[in-house]
Amino acid sequence: MRSLIALLAGGLFGAGLHVSGMTDTAKVQGFLDFFGAWDPTLAFVMGGAIVPMALAWIATKNRTPVVGGAFPEKADPVLDRRLITGAVLFGVGWGLVGLCPGPAIASLSYGGIGGFVFLIAMAGGMFGAPPIARRLDKTGLAA
Amino acid sequence: MPIDWIWGLVGGVMIGGAGAIYLLGNGRIMGVSGILGGLIDGSARAMWAERGAFLAGLILVPALLHLSFSPGSTQLSGNFGLVAMAGLLVGLGTRIGNGCTSGHGVCGISRLSLRGIVATCVYIGAGAVAVVLLRQILGGL
Repeated sequence: MRSLIALLAGGLFGAGLHVSGMTDTAKVQGFLDFFGAWDPTLAFVMGGAIVPMALAWIATKNRTPVVGGAFPEKADPVLDRRLITGAVLFGVGWGLVGLCPGPAIASLSYGGIGGFVFLIAMAGGMFGAPPIARRLDKTGLAA
Repeated sequence: MPIDWIWGLVGGVMIGGAGAIYLLGNGRIMGVSGILGGLIDGSARAMWAERGAFLAGLILVPALLHLSFSPGSTQLSGNFGLVAMAGLLVGLGTRIGNGCTSGHGVCGISRLSLRGIVATCVYIGAGAVAVVLLRQILGGL
């Protein structure tokens, strides 16, 4: 049941990324290019996505997930060095070629060799991240 | 072009709907970097089936759309050194910062999470700086 729901969610997510144009790196870089020929499409995608998701969060009140268990707790509103460092590194990588994890995976079937190069490098980064994250946790108090 | 915005909005609602299904169904936050990263660093061994199924859907449905009536194109840079560098930064950054566009952006902002909102502002700002540097100073590489 869990896997079936996950397959459905992943499929719908992939379809959404595909039809919205977010697997097209030119549209993503166009959104980030505030001083060039700005492309607002990504803002519409974000806005469109936040509405059903906000309704879902409201619906979690006084309920449990379909498969049982509990909904994820909201994290403490702490802005630590780890969050900011990670967001900066991610943002720079995202801007350089216009891919983030979702679209990188969704476009694998038509992203060519470059798509695989990106995915393998991203997997390498994910594999190497935990020790760096631990060090930031240890040495950093607050940002 | 207005038509792009409409498709963006339609696709966005589908993305949010997917996040809603994952949350209300499995009680999990639909964050792609977390779903994949947990498999790669071994921190989510117990939930590999659910995560694998999510990733399978994420690859297969766009592939079917691409092969049928809606061919896709990524327009990804042909400079593989740049692509590899960007991939490495995205992998490191999303795992260090605990989230990407789907987790911090879609799922975080929609529950008014301070961390999600701040992370999203920071990565959009950093991405904008990277695009300006790349296009204005490095000449696009």
